[in-house]
Amino acid sequence: MTDRGTATAAPENAPEQRRFEERIAADERIEPRDWMPDDYRRTLIRQIAQHAHSEIIGMQPEGNWITRAPSLRRKAVLIAKVQDEAGHGLYLYSAAETLGVAREELLDLLHQGRQRYSSIFNYPTVSWADVGAIGWLVDGAAITNQVPLCRCSYGPYARAMVRICKEESFHQRQGFDLLYTLARGTEAQRRMAQDSVDRWYWPSLMMFGPPDSESTHSEKSMAWNIKRFSNDELRQRFVDMIVPQAEALGLTLPDPDLAWNAERGHYDFGTPDWDEFMQVLKGNGPCNKQRIEHRRDAHREGAWVREAARAHAAKSRARSRTAAA
Amino acid sequence: MSGQERGSAHAGPDTALAAYVLRLGDDALVASHRLAELAARGPQLEEDVALANTALDLLGQARSLLTYAGSLEERLTGVLRTEDDLAFLRGEDQFANCLLVELPNTDFAHTVARQLLFSAYQFELYSRLAGSADATLAGIAGKAVKEVAYHRDHAAGWTVRLGDGTEESSERMAAALEAAWPSTAELFASDPVFAAVAAAGLGADPPELRPAWEACVDGVLAEAGLARPEVPPVTGPAGRGGRQGVHTEAFGYLLAEMQHLHRSHPGALW
Ligand SMILES: [Fe+2]
Ligand SMILES: [Fe+2]
Repeated sequence: MTDRGTATAAPENAPEQRRFEERIAADERIEPRDWMPDDYRRTLIRQIAQHAHSEIIGMQPEGNWITRAPSLRRKAVLIAKVQDEAGHGLYLYSAAETLGVAREELLDLLHQGRQRYSSIFNYPTVSWADVGAIGWLVDGAAITNQVPLCRCSYGPYARAMVRICKEESFHQRQGFDLLYTLARGTEAQRRMAQDSVDRWYWPSLMMFGPPDSESTHSEKSMAWNIKRFSNDELRQRFVDMIVPQAEALGLTLPDPDLAWNAERGHYDFGTPDWDEFMQVLKGNGPCNKQRIEHRRDAHREGAWVREAARAHAAKSRARSRTAAA
Repeated sequence: MSGQERGSAHAGPDTALAAYVLRLGDDALVASHRLAELAARGPQLEEDVALANTALDLLGQARSLLTYAGSLEERLTGVLRTEDDLAFLRGEDQFANCLLVELPNTDFAHTVARQLLFSAYQFELYSRLAGSADATLAGIAGKAVKEVAYHRDHAAGWTVRLGDGTEESSERMAAALEAAWPSTAELFASDPVFAAVAAAGLGADPPELRPAWEACVDGVLAEAGLARPEVPPVTGPAGRGGRQGVHTEAFGYLLAEMQHLHRSHPGALW
């Protein structure tokens, strides 16, 4: 990421810096033309890019089931969902572009493995029920993470999140509905649903990131009103949401420590396997290579198409100039 | 709808209409499936959205048409087949879609060529069916014609971009058109089913659609700087093609993938 030529004066001397801090303190929105510290810009670019990448990589595990969807209604819902995720990618790359970084540049960083996407998508979707579990748990965790981002200090990101959150809550309901149907279906369908929840529960808890005690980026993001709640707070909120939902589904969550704590007014829950999390994050999950290769292949196979579109646009411009002359 | 009398229709209008609507439903279903195969494989994100959007429109059309075909069939046989029964529980030889929609997504140009030729056909077809004497079919077509106008324009835009773009894109687009072209003759071939629905003012007789389709496609090709391929139509065994249930080899794999999960759980609800 190159420096975009923003002010780099010593903060204590810069009136812009003071103004920026005042606006943050007053919980105002920062807009693309406003002065902002380089660090704030870099943090946002990293976060928005990671978020955009997650949207488009996330199309793969679910896209994996489109051609095998067992009813036309579910097939339509799934195509619409995967289409929504592509749309989310578009909004978010646009939000990143307001910070001075092009989509093409961010895609290159993704393809080179220099920027991350949500690690959850490195797990495989091995059954139809996984489409439901992803909708219910993964979109559910995403919403828990993202609703507070609708109030994020950076205007374009906050506004993108408002649109995205509305669609994510559809996705969660649809995922829940899919599992609900399976859980009340044949014995094989019920087993499929339970097996899927067993596999996706822990990774969905990991989506909130490492425990607060080990989280590296959190403090600054909290100070800048990019992040509003800590990883552990969000994880707790998510668990509190899904426990009654799992009961409604008639499925069990694979966590022996799960218990209502009347004193805290929250559910207690177990500790995810953070070693597994680190391994998957490092690239050793079941699908890390596959996901990135799929992206690289699609991008490489599309290169001649994008080049043709650019060439045609240039020729058209030249022709209309000649016609106008 | 011309309502042109075509003498000896072998099929009665009710039987013919059920078979006719099933053909249209199968066309939309298979065309949608081929596009849906490209999920997360588009050349750029905008195209992922557009391909999915088109796949969804076509799937919506397929669902309306198959549901209606099932209810028409029920009136004749007393047995109801739902959209899912028709989509997931028929074998290859019972599918009546045209061969064009089965053609694989060899590269993006092949997808564009198939979509251009097919949606230009669907546009002419639905434009006429919007005036069908059958109110249900007229309703489905009236809604769908707006969707396919967009599909056609989108595919036309890409045909022009690829035809005019670079040497490579122009070559690929020409090759793709040449590959798809032989399967277009089938779109305009009549048979007793088509003739019967056309005679009853219910459906369109395919040969009537050809002039407007050619004018549209020729216009796009001219703008793209591409020539109309000089290739003869596919000749099927005893003149049989997709409408008569004789499909491409690739179609069996398409159905195997599409139907496997549904068929693995007989009677289950999803
Ligand atoms: Fe999303
Ligand atoms: Fe989503």
